Amino acid sequence: MQQPLNDKKMMPQPEHEKNKNPKKKVNFTKIAVEVMAVIVVILTFLVPFYFILVNSFKTSAEASQLSISWPTEFRIIENFTEVLQAQNGMLIRAFFNSSIITVSSILILMVVASMAGFILQRRTGKSISVIGAIFLSGLMIPPAVVPTIWVLERLSLFKTMPGIILVMVAISIPFSIILYTGFIATIPKDIDEAAIIDGCSSWQLFFKIIFPMLKPIHATVIILNSVQIFNDFVHPLYFFPGADNATVQLTLYNFMSMYNTSWNLLFANVLLITIPPFILFLIFSKKIVAGMTAGSVKG
Amino acid sequence: MLKVNKIYSLKLLIPAAIIYGLLFVFPTVMSFFFSFTRWNLREWTWIGFDNFKMFFDDPSLLIGFKNTFIFAFVTTILKVIFGLLFAVFLTSKIKTKDFLRSAIFFPVLVSTIAVGIAFSVLMHPSEGLINEVLAFFGISGPNWLGNPTLALYSVALVDVWKGVGIATVIFIAGMMSIPKDYYEAIQIDGGNKFDAFKNITLPLSRPATNAVIILALIGGLRTFDLVWAMTGGGPGFSSDLIASIIYKQYQAGFYGLSTAGNVILFLLVALIVFPIFKMLTRKEVDI
Amino acid sequence: MKSQKKLWLFLGAALLLSLFLAGCGSNNNEDTAANETSGESTNTEEEFPETEISFLVDNQTVTDGIDAVAAEVKERYNITLNTEIRPGGTEGDNIVKTRLATGEMTDMMWYNSGSLFKALNPEEYFYDLSGEEFVEKIDETFIETVSVDGATYGIPGESASAGGWLYNKKVYEELGLEVPNTWDELMANNDAIKEAGKVPVIASYGDTWTSQLVILADYYNVHSQAPTFAEDFTANEAKFADTPEALRGFEKLSELQEAGHFNSEETSTTYEDALRMLAEGEAAHYPILTFALPAIEETYPDQIDDIGFFGQPGENAEDHGMTLWMPGGLYANKDSENVEAVTQFMEFFLSEEGQELYMAEMKAQGPYVLKGVELPEDAYPAVKEMVPYLEEGRVGPALEFLSPLKGPNLEQILVEVGLGMTSAQEGAESYDQDVERQAQQLDLEGWNE
Repeated sequence: MQQPLNDKKMMPQPEHEKNKNPKKKVNFTKIAVEVMAVIVVILTFLVPFYFILVNSFKTSAEASQLSISWPTEFRIIENFTEVLQAQNGMLIRAFFNSSIITVSSILILMVVASMAGFILQRRTGKSISVIGAIFLSGLMIPPAVVPTIWVLERLSLFKTMPGIILVMVAISIPFSIILYTGFIATIPKDIDEAAIIDGCSSWQLFFKIIFPMLKPIHATVIILNSVQIFNDFVHPLYFFPGADNATVQLTLYNFMSMYNTSWNLLFANVLLITIPPFILFLIFSKKIVAGMTAGSVKG
Repeated sequence: MLKVNKIYSLKLLIPAAIIYGLLFVFPTVMSFFFSFTRWNLREWTWIGFDNFKMFFDDPSLLIGFKNTFIFAFVTTILKVIFGLLFAVFLTSKIKTKDFLRSAIFFPVLVSTIAVGIAFSVLMHPSEGLINEVLAFFGISGPNWLGNPTLALYSVALVDVWKGVGIATVIFIAGMMSIPKDYYEAIQIDGGNKFDAFKNITLPLSRPATNAVIILALIGGLRTFDLVWAMTGGGPGFSSDLIASIIYKQYQAGFYGLSTAGNVILFLLVALIVFPIFKMLTRKEVDI
Repeated sequence: MKSQKKLWLFLGAALLLSLFLAGCGSNNNEDTAANETSGESTNTEEEFPETEISFLVDNQTVTDGIDAVAAEVKERYNITLNTEIRPGGTEGDNIVKTRLATGEMTDMMWYNSGSLFKALNPEEYFYDLSGEEFVEKIDETFIETVSVDGATYGIPGESASAGGWLYNKKVYEELGLEVPNTWDELMANNDAIKEAGKVPVIASYGDTWTSQLVILADYYNVHSQAPTFAEDFTANEAKFADTPEALRGFEKLSELQEAGHFNSEETSTTYEDALRMLAEGEAAHYPILTFALPAIEETYPDQIDDIGFFGQPGENAEDHGMTLWMPGGLYANKDSENVEAVTQFMEFFLSEEGQELYMAEMKAQGPYVLKGVELPEDAYPAVKEMVPYLEEGRVGPALEFLSPLKGPNLEQILVEVGLGMTSAQEGAESYDQDVERQAQQLDLEGWNE
């Protein structure tokens, strides 16, 4: 309660109140809303990660209580070394494999899907729309595992790095083509015609002129697909089996045996394998939106 | 006028067509064939429609169908609602925009299995963090994953949590491509923020909304990995999806039966998504 | 702009590099692996050529014993065991089947014995060991589970184990209870335990596979009252739902649920939780396989002596028996280049020295299936409680060693029964359907007309 004496000094004049206060109120509610939003987002989106983080620092016994409390005893270095050394350094091998699979498939994917997207967007006619529909149907059809293994074997690609890379490319092509066609639709056709008049072949047209213009959508394709591929668990299990061929998701199984789950190590492992996608995200985060803005959202 | 065929040579299509044709289309066509056989990977016997009959005889399939619809529609609707809300908020003038956007997108980066593991711990009925927090406020939390009627919805919530980042980004992209003068016009006409949202943002985000709906729907109808990591389709069969039933049949070595299931799932997705796609795009408002 | 150009240049270079690496990656790995091992071994190099054998095992099998043997084999014969871990359960089965069918099996493999193994078409993939001398050391009962048409494909990789009820002896002492010999006595014990405020029986449906034990461990009773059930069941002439003796297992599960003998939060209780509840005396009974004993010892070494065992009782106190699980086996890949090294490994594994090394790491979960190998003095008390059953012959094999039929949905169906979502009769019927689907898909005799 305000004291009556201060009333005049503290409270603005009635006329002022009508004019000024609405603005102040808006500012205040705006800040309040923002603070609330930050709190809610932190609670719902970041607390689970905090939970994983603190538990990865704990001893096995303390982590098995699965609480969010601050560790009483820190085992950061011990835990992370143990994770890295488990199964003769399986995680390091897995990082190596997963990185190569991810980087190679993304690069191949960018080239082949953008070319295909370009042609599918530019040409018209019955046959091209049938081809387009076949590509897009891949979004709906779950991949047929065993026949794919059969094909890979005939090509001597089963259990090889190039084999799994090509499978990942094939699986990711439909979604990437959607992203590329959406973006390419915003590039005027005049550019193509001008280039052809200047004497470009269609390959030159694409690689010299169109491909560089696709940078914003490349960023989108890179981040969305590489997260998918890097985090894929099932496909490497089927198409790339073998002890030397471990991929990062498989390493989670190291600490989840039937006898006892070492939660501290399991969570440390989760953290380590989330680092690469996170770095990628830091690099490309602002560009994801840019690529989509230009047109892919037209679907 | 130059010839289209010359500018846009089909040769550019070839690399994608080879990879996709060889490693996706061809195996899929083969699997259509195998769905009419009894198959143990080495030998097959033609048995006509028996697999399809057997698939539809499966009593758990009815639950699977129902759950798949519920899961797909619940996650799609929630992703649209929250994606839209977050996007409106994140395109307004706020200081913590970058931080919030990153935080919301962050779960997209984490593997489904890791998310599944973490949330099955957080959702534990007595020791899980979620119910401990609820208990602090005097609410006795439910058995999120252990209650047969609740399990599916709990997994759907986690799926929304994990996937809403992509929906948000698509909406943000859609909203950023709306010309600024539209908003200025409505301000001049004396409209408030809500009018602007109702008359400009919402209708002009139509393409983005469609993209989110289609992607979320296709994803929701097909995925099962989160269900698999969190409940394994249980308790009993109460959170089984068609895709997880197919996967279980595949694991059991019923290769013919599970490929038949794949064909059915494909037809189902096409039957649902295609009309919705047509309907959405017809009503689409062009900027 | 400039920095972006650099980025693309970098990515382009990375593509070239990765393609190059991908092309020669597999060779590189092998080379370095070979170098490492040749650096380590010094003495034996001249006598034995250096060999590596690959070994596929599921992540639920404890390999400490095998690892100990492998270390000695490395010393003596210069054979290195490269272990590759796969998931267990049906997912793992599928991986094994896929790898066999595509010719990608490791040199040696760990797998169940019995019908699961026979369903793999062993004659196509595995090396026939029947000519080897060491096979003669193995008990006939085990040999049968890994033999097809006179050829023997596997050796036991561990002791046998039993499926039945682990109980906490301290709780029994405290409440003055006696080991039950009939189902009714067991239910009466449960009532007393419940009254005393403890959990009578643990249901750990957080790990669904554990839901099966009340049915599977009941098979001794089925076998003794309806001896032809396994045969008739396999031939599509008997069903769980209309064979009263077989239906009993489902009914027992249902009775436990109706009497409120299970813990709360069944669906979030894991196998790990269950072991803790049993060891700490929070609960009195846990129907499970005895391979749980080493797991209890590992985490609760002071409580392992409090844990006892009895077979799942039936109606007749005179005929209280136990259901036995044959050990998992080690099998040699027929097409492996290293068959000789694998058989060398097996020979040593079954030798007296090999078994000593093994037993130093792994205690028995049940009787050994090697001739003349008896349970040691320091066996778990629970395992010692099996001796009367063994001596008096009140032992029968689990159904999975008698019939190749095992519906993939049994776990889920039993969770439903155990939670009271469906009745015993409904559960048995839907399991019969599940089995029918399996038999038709795998094209077993008598199921596809």
